[in-house]
Amino acid sequence: MLNRRRKAYIGIMKAAMYISTGLTAALVIFLVAYVFIKGIPNITWELLSTKPSYISGRIGILPDVVNTLYIVLATLVFVIPLGVGAAIYLTEYAKNKKLVGVIEYAAETLSGIPSIIYGLVGMLFFCQFLGFKTSLLAGSLTLVIMNLPTVMRTTQESLKTVPQSYRDGAFGLGAGKWRVIRTVVLPGCVDGVITGCILSIGRILGESAALLFTAGFAHALNGVLEGLTSPGASLTVALYVYAKEEGEFGVAFAIAAILMILTLLINFSATLVSRYFAKKREL
Amino acid sequence: MSDIMTAKDLNLWYDQTQALKNVNITIPEKSITAFIGPSGCGKSTFLKTLNRMNDLIPTVKITGEVCYNGQNIYDSSVDVNELRREIGMVFQKPNPFPMSIYDNIAYGPRTHGIKSKVKLDEIVEQSLRDAAIWDEVKDRLKKNALGMSGGQQQRLCIARALAVKPKILLMDEPTSALDPISTSRIEELAIELKKNYTIVIVTHNMQQAVRISDNTAFFLLGELIEYGETEKLFSQPIDKRTEDYITGRFG
Amino acid sequence: MKKNKMIERAIHGVFLILGLLTVGCVLLITVYLVISGIPAITEIGFFDFLFGTQWASTAEEPEYGILPFILTSVYGTAGAILIGVPVGFFAAVYLSKLANPKVKAFMEGAVSLLAGIPSVVYGLVGMLVLVPAVREIFDIPDGASLFSAIIVLAIMILPSIIKVSMTALEAVPKEYEDASLALGATPVETYFRVSVPAAKSGIAAAVVLGVGRAIGEAMAVMMVSGNAPNMPSLFQSVRFLTTAVASEMSYSSGLQQQALFSIALVLFLFIMLINATLNFFLKKEKD
Repeated sequence: MLNRRRKAYIGIMKAAMYISTGLTAALVIFLVAYVFIKGIPNITWELLSTKPSYISGRIGILPDVVNTLYIVLATLVFVIPLGVGAAIYLTEYAKNKKLVGVIEYAAETLSGIPSIIYGLVGMLFFCQFLGFKTSLLAGSLTLVIMNLPTVMRTTQESLKTVPQSYRDGAFGLGAGKWRVIRTVVLPGCVDGVITGCILSIGRILGESAALLFTAGFAHALNGVLEGLTSPGASLTVALYVYAKEEGEFGVAFAIAAILMILTLLINFSATLVSRYFAKKREL
Repeated sequence: MSDIMTAKDLNLWYDQTQALKNVNITIPEKSITAFIGPSGCGKSTFLKTLNRMNDLIPTVKITGEVCYNGQNIYDSSVDVNELRREIGMVFQKPNPFPMSIYDNIAYGPRTHGIKSKVKLDEIVEQSLRDAAIWDEVKDRLKKNALGMSGGQQQRLCIARALAVKPKILLMDEPTSALDPISTSRIEELAIELKKNYTIVIVTHNMQQAVRISDNTAFFLLGELIEYGETEKLFSQPIDKRTEDYITGRFG
Repeated sequence: MKKNKMIERAIHGVFLILGLLTVGCVLLITVYLVISGIPAITEIGFFDFLFGTQWASTAEEPEYGILPFILTSVYGTAGAILIGVPVGFFAAVYLSKLANPKVKAFMEGAVSLLAGIPSVVYGLVGMLVLVPAVREIFDIPDGASLFSAIIVLAIMILPSIIKVSMTALEAVPKEYEDASLALGATPVETYFRVSVPAAKSGIAAAVVLGVGRAIGEAMAVMMVSGNAPNMPSLFQSVRFLTTAVASEMSYSSGLQQQALFSIALVLFLFIMLINATLNFFLKKEKD
């Protein structure tokens, strides 16, 4: 039989594992439950469909919802072609291993930089140097840099699964490089682009520090056309402002609950999509 | 020579497929017993039932008995860790831990509670000497074991198994990943070791069985077809299927 | 034919530019931070800036010493690692080696959710649950403190620690574990004495990643740490490097604003150091 010392060691390790896993599980369940219990009762149609008004003392988050939507769309519109292009360069064109190493190291560095630094540089470069002022556009462009490595990486992964024989086949038929890329390589990017979109949307929705000084915290409802060039708070920034500056915790929790639901949806679709792609690859 | 292990009516299933059918065998002490047969015949599976390594696969079901020193090792009162200490195993692919040579050998004794540095030094040296690798590694005991050649790694694994002072050594095709010179050194080592240990070896190489084993068991499709003295089994097989196999007609 | 070749060349050029975009962005960020961060440091003085213990940017005779922020960031990160790493590590061993598939699937979902929750939500819950609790339990006038920030950071780095450690542990060859079991070690002994040492570079990478996350977090920390530029003390209101930048940026100008850029530069240097360490461990893990 095991001696006492071994039994004690195993017992301690097992206890540590159960406690740690249990703690993690409890934490997640608590966070979700707490945010939902505090937040969902505060989500009303009025809150979602109006803008705040000092005259009637009403708070509405419609502008923040619209701003978030703008930021998500504008960021994706820029980041996808750029990220896909970078990935295509790496997998299809780049022959110099050192250069590939440098590019990948740069991408890793970008994903390690804290968002507050993005916010600062975004403010200096997009708002001041390029003259976009504090605006949704400046915020989105800042987020483009942040999400570039993500889209690049997911696209690279999906391009790895395009069999070399397809490319060889197309070249064998006398197709030029550009034609091969359009007909063989680009369709192979779809999986990566979809995964990249989901991951980026998740990150954009959750981002706040990078938007604070680039997109600002205005709650005005803008027209469709001047929307991008006006300042505006995203949902996360609005949450921060309502909680920290105005003490409107009901509204803050309503936004938190909305963000939590969106996070759940995004995680769920990410799982579904990766499962679907894994199955497709097996076929 | 007395018997050290006996299997009685041993059956084994992976999910629905039966991998071993009614195996009955008696293994004598301080000898080398070889299991031969075409791949997928159940010889490796059977070897792993002898130290309960199959327990680790959740879908495995086993009936029958394996008696070691008169006790059924599948009995619920048996301490499987103590059993595996007494019945050591050497695997097909050399699998030293990614640690120093010294720590590889000391791993087993440390696990079983030996802390004293003097004692550990002694065990490490003795095990490496028994595995005939001491002279090659004595100056680099603190070096990572993964830096050794494949043959050296396998002898290190044998030394590691010896360090917990087992009675039986199970070897699962220990030379299949090695070159001929390394192979012959392992074979010499096995013959040397049988003075003090019982060795059961699975091999796909019939010459190897002839060269080193005292007894040979021939497996086919999960059944033990024939079992007897090696010399006899290879010169005058009783079963037609054994004859077909050893004359190279299939497998 | 010639026209075709020209087009191919042009397209090659376009892709080259796109490929170099990440490098360009890193350069852009570095150059901007250095250019805008250096002036204040030279004006305030290198030592006075880095080792000054007083930050009073709006005083009549302003003082710009950022030692409190540096130390707070270091202590806060160390505290978060001290709490978050053991929890994440043991959970990762359990989930990668022992948990049944259903528990594992549930927990993987839970950990992804933890990773996806926006930092302002952590900040909000921290403000309303953790801060009052800390005030009650430790009987201090205000719960917004370094301690509260450490707890929030520990929770926020958990997902990175668990995920990266799990990947490393799952990559340990089964042969190692078999060898250990065959020597009579129990599964638990095997996982901690063979699998964990075999995955140590990956686990180290997880810790370094956690350090990076913790030191770079701004919003959640801003909501629970009180934000006064004190020298760090566990139950006092403190300000981190990140929150020092965030809290004054919107109304600052002149030397005060330049000093904020300098703080960002210091933070950036910390992060670059961490990235290099991370890369070192990831490379080691690959070999």
